[in-house]
Amino acid sequence: MQIFSGNYTVNFMKLSFPAAILSTILVLGSFATLAINQLNWGLDFTGGTQIEIGYQNTADLDAIRAQLAASEFNDAVVQNFGSSKDVLIRLASREGIKPSELGDKAIAILKQADSSAEMRGSSFVSASVGEELTEQGGLAMLICLLCILVYVTMRFEWRFALGSVIALAHDVIITLGLFSILGLEFDLTVLAAVLAVIGYSLNDTIVVFDRIRENFRKIRDVEPTDIINTSLTQTLNRTTITSGTTLLVLFALFFLGGATIHGFATALLFGIFIGTYSSIYIASLVALKLGVSREDLMPTVIEKEGADQDPIM
Amino acid sequence: MLNQTPLWKYIIIAVVIGLCTLYASPNLYGEDHAVQISAGRNAVVDEQLVEKVSADLAAASIESKSIVLENEQILVRLLDADTQLRARESLEKSLGENYYVAMNLAPDTPEWLSALGGEPMKLGLDLRGGVHFLMEVDMNSALEKTLKDSDNDFRTALREEDIRYRTIKQVENGLEIYFRDQDTLDKAEFFLKNRNRDFVFSEKSDLVLFATMSEQKLLETRDYAVKQNITIIRNRVNQLGVAEPVVQKQGPDRIVVQLPGIQDTAKAKEILNATATLEYREVDIEHDVSDAIAGRVPPGSELLNYEGRGPQLLKKAIIVEGSHIIDATSGVDQNGMPKVSIKLDSQGGAKMLAFTKRAVGKPMAVVFIEYKATGERDAAGKLIFEAKRTVISVATINGVFGNQFETTGLDSPKEAQNLALLLRAGALIAPIQIIEERTVGPSLGKENIKLGKEAIIAGFMLVLVFMVIYYKKFGFVANIALSLNLVMMVGIMSMIPGATLTLPGMAGIVLTVGMAVDANVLIFERIREEVADGRSPQQAIHFGYDSAFSTILDANITTFIAGLILFAVGTGPIKGFSITLMIGIATSMFTAIVVTRAIVNAWWGGKRLTKLSI
Repeated sequence: MQIFSGNYTVNFMKLSFPAAILSTILVLGSFATLAINQLNWGLDFTGGTQIEIGYQNTADLDAIRAQLAASEFNDAVVQNFGSSKDVLIRLASREGIKPSELGDKAIAILKQADSSAEMRGSSFVSASVGEELTEQGGLAMLICLLCILVYVTMRFEWRFALGSVIALAHDVIITLGLFSILGLEFDLTVLAAVLAVIGYSLNDTIVVFDRIRENFRKIRDVEPTDIINTSLTQTLNRTTITSGTTLLVLFALFFLGGATIHGFATALLFGIFIGTYSSIYIASLVALKLGVSREDLMPTVIEKEGADQDPIM
Repeated sequence: MLNQTPLWKYIIIAVVIGLCTLYASPNLYGEDHAVQISAGRNAVVDEQLVEKVSADLAAASIESKSIVLENEQILVRLLDADTQLRARESLEKSLGENYYVAMNLAPDTPEWLSALGGEPMKLGLDLRGGVHFLMEVDMNSALEKTLKDSDNDFRTALREEDIRYRTIKQVENGLEIYFRDQDTLDKAEFFLKNRNRDFVFSEKSDLVLFATMSEQKLLETRDYAVKQNITIIRNRVNQLGVAEPVVQKQGPDRIVVQLPGIQDTAKAKEILNATATLEYREVDIEHDVSDAIAGRVPPGSELLNYEGRGPQLLKKAIIVEGSHIIDATSGVDQNGMPKVSIKLDSQGGAKMLAFTKRAVGKPMAVVFIEYKATGERDAAGKLIFEAKRTVISVATINGVFGNQFETTGLDSPKEAQNLALLLRAGALIAPIQIIEERTVGPSLGKENIKLGKEAIIAGFMLVLVFMVIYYKKFGFVANIALSLNLVMMVGIMSMIPGATLTLPGMAGIVLTVGMAVDANVLIFERIREEVADGRSPQQAIHFGYDSAFSTILDANITTFIAGLILFAVGTGPIKGFSITLMIGIATSMFTAIVVTRAIVNAWWGGKRLTKLSI
């Protein structure tokens, strides 16, 4: 069985112009929504107090709000989490109570009101820790891109390196844009997922580049555009199947992994699509437009000292 | 001939996989409910205690699976959660407060396996439930205190040297010493520079000498403040009866505390925040101890228990309080006997000097005051703490001393260490603040494990089915590799001592399953291409593996870089995810390239083939 067979070459680069337009729109759109709606930062980044309560029966959110309001937790945000029996409550800081004790207090109130209320989890993150994490996260992403730039330059060529990094930045920006426009919570696990998307998308890109390099060396007197088309066609089966199997397991995570892992799975699911698309269009296109050529990719011949002279003996 | 794997390669593969399987196998066994008994101060866990424990349990008619003494702890395995609870309660009562009794889940690893170092994977707090605290030491107040001590110290030193100064002011980052004339300033600068090597002196402006702590001293002060807090927290965590607690330094001024299995965070926080102090007091030798025990305690004195040595009669007046202790370290004196060296601040030193001048030859005692939770709560729901005073040392004053002295005549280096530890615990500590707290209830932890397992199994099955349909017999080979990959990951995770499995870590495993097939997909697609190009099946296998190798290597190295950065920068859950990701990349390279090649060669290598099942 084979998804794409036959000996014809798909002319991917024919669509390079529309693809470039599409990507530009998506990236600009992402920037716009990130500027307007911003990201729905999770507790890990903003700091604050959050508790998870499990009830025996369906939780009555209004009643919970009323119970909390009666004890001056007016601005508590109460919502379902994972199932109708579980609620997630975000508490605002209050004068006179240490922020680290806020959660304990709220749990005590809810337990008093309904004895079936069970503390499933609680988190308190101080604002300073949240700020640090935001800084660290951004830094991690930048260092990641930089290291990749260096490695790919070393193994391939700077045009490819730039192509792959632009593609990665493209993936990250659009994934963040999606989280922004849908208002999905961006927590630590989502950050990990975004970084995993970088890893995955890169994997894809490298495989394509590897083939492009090989074909440049093997096939003579052919336009770079054709070489790239040939390479993309040759790797198309692999790209589709690997994306497919990864998507399979991600769907398993998305549907079975539970609420804690939902954001993670969402970011990765979307990232895999974008990553696959970007390694076909963005990465190769950038390398092509930067003028990658056969000469740049020939293995460097190491000149041995005295190799041009006749042997003495 | 093409496609032959040498025997040594088969042997290496067998050994690697065998080892990983061996170390993965402890995860198949369940866990026993257990209680763990460890010694508090001045108590030992020995064979005698094992006998006592088994007698006590028998008396309470609690059946136990086994009672083992190990690493100075006794582990009692029990039948179920209910007997575990009962055993803990009855042992707590019968052993008294010198021992800590904690509930635990002990892995039911067979003896021969644990003898080889086999252990199941450690689960993160999100999977087993518990509390995680991140605390920050208030460095400003620690540094301020050090400056204040130096302020007093400088004043005394300058006065003794007859160098006149106008005043000393404590400012940010240092001390300003004001003088009336340049000559005195120069003299003072020369004197102080030689005397206090841990300070840096500079002339700030006219007639003002500025003293600031050297980098070294700053570092030491910070380090000490954190270490002191860690010591104290460790002590208190024992009181909570937690098995396998983690108390660790993180970064320059932070402490991570992880308490698996604790659910009452409010109680945990109160106990961790409880303070301890100590007092140096004079022993009352004018009155008779036995009289006092009989009930005739003289006014101005009180009876306090000296652990292991009976009651002592001490005067109520305090010589020096623990807040004046700057440092206490254990060591050996010139005769090789254990000792504890104590350093007081200048104020404490002055008091001690005044006292010892008139008390040479008399005994002096150290009283340790702990605030222990009584288990009851007041009207506001706060835990009630009770001050518990015990004598931890009695020593004869051998001479006049001030802010530096030594306690000798201790029985063992261990006793010296204990005393130093308690002295530090009773000293004034830099305040700490909780800056992050995460609690996961036990039900959520169990649910997380269940969901994680289900997702892994489902994802795994889907991929297996797909591969067999798409690549037929070669797909079957890839599936063997994929299964081995999972076993190897679990085995390696179990082998690495610091690795813990978290929920994001489980997600990492799932993701690796999806990505691990990539190497095989690359190889198989190559083989198909070679076949399409008209090569013979054997040649196609040979060239397929060869030309796919560098691609796989490049692709995996770049992903590995991403994993490494995640590990270096991330904390907690991100670290868990990156560890599984990196291990997965390494194992999948091995299984997908080396192992599948070996199987393919064994299956088809050297045979006359006309067609490949791919």
